[in-house]
Amino acid sequence: MNIQGVILWSDVFIWLLVLAGMAAGCWSRRQPPLVAAFKRVGQSRPGMAAATFLSVFLLVGLLDSVHYREALPGKEGEPKVYSIEVLSVLDGLLSPLRSRMEKTYSEPLATRAYAKEMIEERQADGSLRSLRDYPRLRHGGAHLGSDEGRAGEDIAGRGLRAALLAAFLWMLLAVAVTGRVAGTASVSRKEAWCQIYRGETTFAWNAVLAAVAVLLLGSSLLFLLAGEYHVFGTDKVGQDVLYQVLKSIRTALVIGLVTTLVTLPLAIVLGIIAGYFRGWIDDLIQYLYTTLNSIPGVLLIAAAVLMMQVIIDTHPQWFATAAERADMRLLALCFILGLTSWTGLARLLRGEVLKLRELDYIQAAQAFGVSDARIIARHLLPNLMHIVIIALVMDFSGLVLAEAVLSYVGIGVDPSMISFGTMINNARMELGREPVVWWSLIAAFAFMFVLVLAANLLADAVRDAFDPRMG
Amino acid sequence: MLAYILRRLVYAIPILIGVNLITFALFFVVNTPDDMARMQLGVKRVTPEAIEKWKADRGYDKPLFVNASAEGTGRLTETVFFQKSIRMFVGDFGRAEDGRDISREIVTRMGPSLAIALPTFVLGLFVTVSFALALAMFRATWFDFWGVVLCVAMMSISGLFYIIGGQYLISKMWKLVPISGFGGDIDAWRFLILPVLIGVISGLGSSTRWYRTIFLEEISKDYVRTARAKGLSDAAVLFGHVLRNAMIPILTGVVVVIPLLFMGSLLTESFFGIPGLGSYTIDAINAQDFAVVRAMVFIGSVLYIIGLILTDISYTLVDPRIRFE
Repeated sequence: MNIQGVILWSDVFIWLLVLAGMAAGCWSRRQPPLVAAFKRVGQSRPGMAAATFLSVFLLVGLLDSVHYREALPGKEGEPKVYSIEVLSVLDGLLSPLRSRMEKTYSEPLATRAYAKEMIEERQADGSLRSLRDYPRLRHGGAHLGSDEGRAGEDIAGRGLRAALLAAFLWMLLAVAVTGRVAGTASVSRKEAWCQIYRGETTFAWNAVLAAVAVLLLGSSLLFLLAGEYHVFGTDKVGQDVLYQVLKSIRTALVIGLVTTLVTLPLAIVLGIIAGYFRGWIDDLIQYLYTTLNSIPGVLLIAAAVLMMQVIIDTHPQWFATAAERADMRLLALCFILGLTSWTGLARLLRGEVLKLRELDYIQAAQAFGVSDARIIARHLLPNLMHIVIIALVMDFSGLVLAEAVLSYVGIGVDPSMISFGTMINNARMELGREPVVWWSLIAAFAFMFVLVLAANLLADAVRDAFDPRMG
Repeated sequence: MLAYILRRLVYAIPILIGVNLITFALFFVVNTPDDMARMQLGVKRVTPEAIEKWKADRGYDKPLFVNASAEGTGRLTETVFFQKSIRMFVGDFGRAEDGRDISREIVTRMGPSLAIALPTFVLGLFVTVSFALALAMFRATWFDFWGVVLCVAMMSISGLFYIIGGQYLISKMWKLVPISGFGGDIDAWRFLILPVLIGVISGLGSSTRWYRTIFLEEISKDYVRTARAKGLSDAAVLFGHVLRNAMIPILTGVVVVIPLLFMGSLLTESFFGIPGLGSYTIDAINAQDFAVVRAMVFIGSVLYIIGLILTDISYTLVDPRIRFE
């Protein structure tokens, strides 16, 4: 083997969450109200289009959560030495993007650099002539050779091919979906297609297919162009912006998802026991969350992150590689965000439990002598799930946005870790240049916007489906 | 009423003690003063003497809780806990890393913070409530639909984008107002206009949507139908009845933040170079000035608790049914 697997702590949590999500999925299949609610989510067209986009983001994030170290080239028979650079499967797939560094900034799809430089050119008579011009990029459009004027033509041709490829793949998928709909509803394929087109199916297939069309077009464009050009340009050190944006997705997902892993147990356990047992337990828990709540969020996070930084800096021996240190800092940030944000959900759950415990079926269960633990697990928890699920999806987008702000303030992720926040922070200064370097900023904001918008739309669909008040 | 406020103030004391304990635990127990000294001094200058001097300069060289070497009450007062935590209750926050008195710094920086935060708050509330009322008035029309779409899109955009984009477009491209800075005299409005505008816009999406939900919930109630049946116009019902009844849920969210306006906004102030409390906090975070961060945490929670009490009082003003006994 030429690679050595590396398990970062955040990978562990991410995959634990995937497992937990699957387990929760299996469990809720046996809960008729939850199944009905999930079906209502499936009917929502914006919700399903958003879910399609989110699953692509999730896929990128999961590919980026399997890490390894490559072996350094060495002689036969010697013990293998592994590189200290920790790579992920996504890095492996994107290795052309990762390794093709330019000298510095270049515009999207450019063939020449952003700044003029002294270049030496060999004349026909063999003498060297130096002139000041925009130098050719090392990789962007290098396949064109001296034929650089054809770049526009080349890009248009690739765009056309990408559109055709996307259309072909989309058709395959549309045929498959139509076949399935026709099979389950036992109607003709033509009728099934008409139903999908008019949005008459119970699952919002038309929204999914529309979202897939956009995604396929975008990804095949990127796929065909990114091989030869820097589609979103390069940044100050010449790194491809597309690569950075894709790497940022995992950071955003870890912040948005692992934080809830910390929040949920705290909120559920404390919220339920406060509402169920009342008395001094309730007073104590209420005091705890009022106290935590009364410290303004950013300041509490700032204080906790500062302290965590001191711990990390004074214990360098804990971390073998820089990636591990950055990873630990990311996880600590998730824990801090989780510890400061469980109060809202706990208060909601406590209020709901106070209401539920007075209902007849809980009273009856108590009269029959059912134990408290069993009442909580069997009768209370399932009736609280909708609040938990709504809170889960509503928090996600806020956390992704918070990461960018916190990283800007300097209490976010490690500066060496690629994230939307660090990208924006690095690119912010470049707006002062002439001509403006706009591409990394716009790319980071655009991807973040799509991610957060999709999360918000899905959250709305989930809230509408799960909230009993919405009818 | 007075008795009620007094009782609430008494209730606030254990919460403030809790906040104090949390910050104390964070700053002195999780990390010992020695760790902080090493961090502040950097790698090169760490010698035991330097650490001792650093601690002695800041008064961190005393025992944490009980000073066994002191006499009488000195056993409790000559400790880090008493000197650094308990004295915050009387407004003594000690000195920052640069040797300045934190309390005085806070007082002078409150003005600029309020100059930004107060107009942003008032204007923002006015704009969002009006927009939400308009959406509720034209509910279930294309105006409502696209209004909500706009709100969702606006709340999905990072606050950083509004600030960076606004600065770039208005100050750099169009050169309408200065890009950043602050002036104390009559010309100050030129510095204030952009941050206030951006502050209003960045809060527009989520609050408008929230208020719209409140209005729609209120509109579906029986009294609205009665009022319409009596022949009142849609506008009269909306402004005369719905708005007034929706005040309670709106006040819950709004009044609590009023005292926090004194704290300023971290992002706006640091981007626009406004010498307020928000930028003070950011500078302290970047310089790892523990004393300032500790002071800001404490002040923030005091203001939050004041906000909670003000919320309760404001209920009695808008809802005559609520009386505090």
